[in-house]
Amino acid sequence: MIANYGYKDGSGEYYISIDTDKCIGCAAERACLTACPKHMFEIITDDYDDEVAWIKKPNCRTLSYDCADCKPSAGYSSLPCITACTPGAIKHSW
Amino acid sequence: MNAEVAAPTAPEKKEFWRWQENTWVDETKDWKTAKIITCGIDVGSVSSQAVLVVDGELYGFNSMRTGNNSPDSATNALQGVMDKCGMKLEDIHYVVGTGYGRVNVPFAHKAITEIACHARGANYMGGNGVRTILDMGGQDCKAIHCDEKGKVTNFLMNDKCAAGTGRGMEVISDLMQIPIAELGPRSFDIDSDVDAVSSVCVVFAKSEALGLLKAGYTKNKVIAAYCQAMAERVVSLLERIGVEEGFFITGGIAKNPGVVKRIEKLLGIKALETKVDSQIAGALGAALFGYTLMSKKAAG
Repeated sequence: MIANYGYKDGSGEYYISIDTDKCIGCAAERACLTACPKHMFEIITDDYDDEVAWIKKPNCRTLSYDCADCKPSAGYSSLPCITACTPGAIKHSW
Repeated sequence: MNAEVAAPTAPEKKEFWRWQENTWVDETKDWKTAKIITCGIDVGSVSSQAVLVVDGELYGFNSMRTGNNSPDSATNALQGVMDKCGMKLEDIHYVVGTGYGRVNVPFAHKAITEIACHARGANYMGGNGVRTILDMGGQDCKAIHCDEKGKVTNFLMNDKCAAGTGRGMEVISDLMQIPIAELGPRSFDIDSDVDAVSSVCVVFAKSEALGLLKAGYTKNKVIAAYCQAMAERVVSLLERIGVEEGFFITGGIAKNPGVVKRIEKLLGIKALETKVDSQIAGALGAALFGYTLMSKKAAG
């Protein structure tokens, strides 16, 4: 399942997509949990009883601010969450 | 001389936004002979529904306004449909809660997200050909892809902003002083097409609608401009995950042809139709999840 967390507002679209099929039996040992400086990722049991990552609810409405420190303008050449997720489950829309 | 002045009486405040609450049971079925009775309770931000499923088939439902207390809303919704058919809580084998208030349904055995429940409900209402679901809820909007069994394969939700939601339509209904059920048909009663209101925010769209009225637009033209804006807003959401054949709309806005027909025109695809109330999709899906769980348990 592709789960898109985030929002669209007057300033743009801010979504983090997680391919939860790649989360099941994570090959990166849940590295996303510690890679994100804001600790936005969390492991939950979804509606189909799979243990997958999601974005914590409060962060879903503030992604453009929460992720700003990791974007190229803040000196990062690649996003820590995407780099840590070696199965390639995480994508940013912006 | 009597100096007393009669206090002015407040004019009666009409609630134009108030949509039709609805209770229904299938009189052709007898729940007393059923093997498994399950219930889905969807406590949403604006409306609450209770759906009864008897041996895997829709039996009855109650759809009403959500109050300021989720447990009470859940209880009232369920009581409404149980009263209609003479059922008691102990007659129900399994209850699943969904929606924003899903963790506050006091008698629920399990809570499941509204995304999974809407997909399951749409699969029942529109058939196993449903692949793309647009849920236009009271205060959020969801675009969902599902497989032939109603299992979610892709979803996107916007609950940060009320644009493109039922609450936005209620605001316009009150502003125009036109009953909400009349907005859709009236949006087509115009002499020429209008551009959508430009704002994506309900508050600013309301200001813009007032400006259009002052500029000489008729009420119907303003409603048309708002319906068009709403359609454009949700279509942009849908386009983010893509639209596949087997398109189905759930939620209260599915009853507004002014928005639905404009969405269909923008997408170039016709939405599947159903005779079941579009507002109960989430609760129906929850009840069906409950039925599957109970069936597995019964089979050992």
